[in-house]
Amino acid sequence: MIRVTQPTAPPDPGAALSLRGIWKRFGDRIAVSGVDLDVPAGSLLGLVGPNGAGKTTTLSMATGLLRPDAGTVHVHGTDLWASPDAAKRRLGVLPDGLRLFDRLTGAQLLTYAGLLRGLDRPTVAARTEDLLAAMDLTADRDTLVVDYSAGMTKKIALAGAMIHAPHVLVLDEPFEAVDPVSAANIRDILRRYVDDGGTVVVSSHVMDLVQRTCSHVAVIAGGHVLDAGTVEQVRAGQSLEDRFVELVGGRRETGGLEWLRTSSDSG
Amino acid sequence: MVAHLVRLRLTLLANALRRSVWRTIGLVLAAAYGAAVVTFFVGAAVVGGRTDPVLTGQVVTVVGAAVVLGWWVVPLFAYGLDATLDPLRFVPYGIPHRTLLAGLATTALVSVPAIFTALAALGVALVWTTDPAALAAALLGAVGAVALCLLGARATTTLLAPLLESRRYREVLMVVAIVPLLGLGPFLSWLSGGLDKNGGSVTITSGDGLSAVVGPVAAALAWTPFGAPWALPAAVHDGAWALAAARAGIVVATVALTVLVWSRALARALVSPRGGTTAGRAAGLGWFGRVRATPTGAVVARCATYWLRDPRYSASLALVPLLPAVVVTLLVSSGAGTGLLLAVASLAAYILGFGLSNDVGYDSTAFWLHVASGTPGRADRWGRVVPVLVAGVPLVVVLAVAGAGAAGRWDALPAVLGLTLGVLGAGLGTSSVASARLVYPVPTPGQSAFTTPHGAATATIVAQAAAFGVILVLMLPTLGLGLPAILLPSAALGWVACGVGLGTGAVALLVGVRWGARVYERRLPELLSQVSAFA
Repeated sequence: MIRVTQPTAPPDPGAALSLRGIWKRFGDRIAVSGVDLDVPAGSLLGLVGPNGAGKTTTLSMATGLLRPDAGTVHVHGTDLWASPDAAKRRLGVLPDGLRLFDRLTGAQLLTYAGLLRGLDRPTVAARTEDLLAAMDLTADRDTLVVDYSAGMTKKIALAGAMIHAPHVLVLDEPFEAVDPVSAANIRDILRRYVDDGGTVVVSSHVMDLVQRTCSHVAVIAGGHVLDAGTVEQVRAGQSLEDRFVELVGGRRETGGLEWLRTSSDSG
Repeated sequence: MVAHLVRLRLTLLANALRRSVWRTIGLVLAAAYGAAVVTFFVGAAVVGGRTDPVLTGQVVTVVGAAVVLGWWVVPLFAYGLDATLDPLRFVPYGIPHRTLLAGLATTALVSVPAIFTALAALGVALVWTTDPAALAAALLGAVGAVALCLLGARATTTLLAPLLESRRYREVLMVVAIVPLLGLGPFLSWLSGGLDKNGGSVTITSGDGLSAVVGPVAAALAWTPFGAPWALPAAVHDGAWALAAARAGIVVATVALTVLVWSRALARALVSPRGGTTAGRAAGLGWFGRVRATPTGAVVARCATYWLRDPRYSASLALVPLLPAVVVTLLVSSGAGTGLLLAVASLAAYILGFGLSNDVGYDSTAFWLHVASGTPGRADRWGRVVPVLVAGVPLVVVLAVAGAGAAGRWDALPAVLGLTLGVLGAGLGTSSVASARLVYPVPTPGQSAFTTPHGAATATIVAQAAAFGVILVLMLPTLGLGLPAILLPSAALGWVACGVGLGTGAVALLVGVRWGARVYERRLPELLSQVSAFA
């Protein structure tokens, strides 16, 4: 079961991803202050939070891209920062805001990701074709990734995260800039993956999408987990968006920016 | 608006310093260096002005012309212009064109090189302390010269920016840049010839020989936009008012022209988006289909692809075959000995080996793929080294053989081969450690060659000096054997140098890659954090 745990609680060996007391400081700004989170195996968890809540920092530390100042990360019971190689094999990662080796073509980039993961050539070749087809990128397989649109870039990176058939997919903003048809296709792929026993963590700030797609949700703000559980538990009868605003706060009553009205005679 | 932009520039500078101690140290070092250079020039000008203001003025004209020319040309090839106030960033604000131009021109003055150029330009006016009219003219000339430096740099880079975005033009331009270098040889031999005729004693006080050489050069340069502002006080000193007016006219006209060119080019750049070229395509898997299906093979294929497809790599690749051409032409034109031909191969080996020393920096944040997939250090390090080794060894061997043949020194070939392959191995080994340890900012993939990342120049120089020092120390035994073998000459010693060089190269490469792999595995997330901080 997913819950906000005390820092003293041991990591849940049954969870797909188990974070305990994760801290990260950049200079004098504390980005993540003691995040505890269990992602149950077989769940599709949405990580939601306002801008600057620490979502990307948390996910970077949960996938081995950023070393936490304190705390532990377990992937299916394997300590990520103690034995990174074993844990990273089970993880598929889509980071947000990082580059790709974009002077490669789409097919080359997927081949590169597959070979780096130690797959053999026939497997890489077959999965590359399957993923290109699933992401609707077969026609652009020989185009350099640098010339892809933002949505296509997101899709090729997502395909690269899946090529080694990981147990856990950690995806930072996977639907950003992706067209609605592709987004629906990706949601289908993720649901099927979860049905087959995989676990997915997606970050997003689109509450509606999380409510429709995810089985679980964790709300993060100011570097803390405010609430976590199944979508039904967390939203407690309200819409997820209302519950989110209630948890995070900061919603303003109307007013302000009167001068922005074009009908005013100031301009 | 001008004040706004200057304040913005200063705020950006202060923020950059606050973010990194190294940038502060770099700035202090640069300031100290600049102050020393300025003190030297001003001191020389004052001393020279007391003894012979006319001759000193001519020297100032020649040196000053070189400085202005440097401001115009160097950013095109080497460091680029500081990109913190990229004009394109002001597009959304709808600032009037003239205001933006004035603001950017003023902020151009707020940089270490600009400030010291201005101080030096004003300082060397002290040559004319004995003649108040000439002194006033010199100060005016200095202002004109600084304006020419700053505006000219803006004009040339903005005008040629669209050209340099494309790889082909940049490679052509690199070849063109070599041409003045080729002219250097004849110029030097002519200069030394001129000195010899006049007895060869070169001091500023007994400067007959010097003035015989500098006089005509300064006189010619005074009619160019580069020399005119510096030659202005000499004309006033001679009472040649028409000449002074003509030189002032050249300066004013050139300043006006650079402003016009810059303004036009900027206006065009602001409305035409960057890039926008046709989509690149490459059928099939390329190198990925040919390498062994292992992580090492994958990195080899990726690096080989990048060497050919990424302009930042292919530009340095283009330099290697150009080197012999440059050295040969220099030698033939200046009449120096052909012995230097033997050094061509080692120089090429150094460029190739050193080229990898910031490879993680070149990956930029795309490096996350190696971090996320837990790519082993061995695979990452060898993958980067192998393409250079496979292409580089035959290349430098051919250069060494050709060099020995052209110099008529077949006897020196073993020593040259030992030195060359040793330098290649030592360079690659050192780079393998350095790229896991010392990451410094480089232009990000696809960025214009004209921009230089903020604070990169100092870090680049420090890293390059350190790597050069290490490679030099590693090569000392081979050099100690190889140089006598070539100079004496001694065939037996040459073969020993060959063996020692090959051994040094092989050991340095193996140890460097292993050590680099260990450092890499220990610092994997930190490396990503470092390159993320630059992005």
